[in-house]
Amino acid sequence: MAEKMDIQKTEVWDGNFAAAHALRQAQVDVVAAYPITPSTPIVEGYAQFLADGYVDGEFVMVESEHAAMSGCVGAAASGGRVATATSSQGFALMAEVLYQASGMRLPIILTVVNRALASPLNVRGDHSDMYLGRDSGWIQMDAFNAQEAYDLTLMAFKIGEDKAVRLPVMVHQDGFITSHTAQNINPMTDDDAYAFIGKYEPVNEMLDFSKPVTYGAQTEEDWHFEHKAKQHKAIIDSRPVIDKVFEDFEKKTGRKYSRVESYMMEDADVAIVALGTSVETARLVAKDLRENGGIKAGVVAPRVFRPFPFDNIRDIFANVKAIACLDRSSPGGALGALYNEVVGAMYTSDNKPLVTNYIYGLGGRDLTLDAIKKIYTELQENANSGKHSGKIQQFVGVRGPQLEFFD
Amino acid sequence: MKQSENPKFLGSEELLGWDEVNQGILLNSFVGEVENAAFLKQEERAYAETNSYTASVADWRVIKPVFNRDYCIDCQFCWVFCPDTAIIARDKKMLGIDYDHCKGCQICVEVCPTNPKSLLMFGEYASIEDSLEEWPEKKSEEE
Repeated sequence: MAEKMDIQKTEVWDGNFAAAHALRQAQVDVVAAYPITPSTPIVEGYAQFLADGYVDGEFVMVESEHAAMSGCVGAAASGGRVATATSSQGFALMAEVLYQASGMRLPIILTVVNRALASPLNVRGDHSDMYLGRDSGWIQMDAFNAQEAYDLTLMAFKIGEDKAVRLPVMVHQDGFITSHTAQNINPMTDDDAYAFIGKYEPVNEMLDFSKPVTYGAQTEEDWHFEHKAKQHKAIIDSRPVIDKVFEDFEKKTGRKYSRVESYMMEDADVAIVALGTSVETARLVAKDLRENGGIKAGVVAPRVFRPFPFDNIRDIFANVKAIACLDRSSPGGALGALYNEVVGAMYTSDNKPLVTNYIYGLGGRDLTLDAIKKIYTELQENANSGKHSGKIQQFVGVRGPQLEFFD
Repeated sequence: MKQSENPKFLGSEELLGWDEVNQGILLNSFVGEVENAAFLKQEERAYAETNSYTASVADWRVIKPVFNRDYCIDCQFCWVFCPDTAIIARDKKMLGIDYDHCKGCQICVEVCPTNPKSLLMFGEYASIEDSLEEWPEKKSEEE
């Protein structure tokens, strides 16, 4: 049996260490991993806990992230609780196997520390890797700080392993700002955390020799569509399970989570939609503008990016006049993903707010309070005049002449 | 559930809807639970229809091996080397070829040590009787 760790009521952990503790408390059976900045300390932490006797499991050192996720697929198909971590280029190298994992319905947990994708090579945080995973069939949850990285990693096991779900789950946090910044964390005790998640219950495990089973079948046009349709329904249907796990978690810890987090949205005229650490920055500005700027500002953040909270977004924005969707990934010739998702939802609403797309923070560029204030001010102008005062897509915080597209 | 018009490919005996296919595209080997399946003969095992044993891949083959009992010494070389377990042998006795799974690779012919060979390749549509009649004579040492 693994040794228990003496956990204080409040610990000072960064996002990586918080995620590593969550993997330890979940008593993950197999971690197959390849290191990459800034997520390395997560699997390094698990390996240290394993070496020190605090977890019963196996650490498999592999030659690449493709192999890491492949090892995870094999271990999960065999019937184990499995997790790993990656970022950026590593995530991109895993991409092929991510689709294998979700198609085979293996509830692997992937802690992703978000980082920009090359080229140019960059180790800082943006959301390029997170967006790369958005059609992969994984549930994607996003932490805005270290406490949430810990909480969501624990909950990810309970969500993904639910018999009604059985899907892999990514838990995202921002590179460095969350992953390497030590904050006060209130963890659960080892016993409470494990009791909350529960013992892993395998489904169709390959190590059950009384029921031999083949994983990884090939299907062509005669079967592929049916299987992908079933898989899509499974992720759409995971929504009530996620809600239930969030509810149970709140009962245990008092910390409340929603698939969409809204801040000061009850009477908001203008709102920012964002992901990651920018959410907390936007909240500060929204509060300040309400108190000192005369702007009824709010912040909306999809806690669960996949399945996308299409209907909740529509409800939250039922009375909003202007929205800014902040995308921290270069959209490569389109509007940003958040913009497209939110506009898609609002097109089916009676309310038709003016929606603007801001591209910001690429490669770890800071999003300042002033920049957010300027965005809210422009939103208020849009709300007052009933039309876009600037272009629909704008770049914020980039040097050079104003870069903007589409009237 | 509709019956397939072309039940030739794996698991397609009945074309299921998205709500009926299994989770994770799994292929079960057997119906229900099995015990000591390794000690049962193939015909005694409760193969599932998703097991390739129940599907014919005979149409992958353009030439086929024919077995001639008259020269076979039951050395089991063909049984050991066949990459598709398509040599049927029981109690170390060579019985013949599983033409549902043989792909015509002719490895069995290559490894057969008898003179003349007890396995030779013939056209897919040649009859077994004709093939046996055309069997070559024993080669002398000078040849």
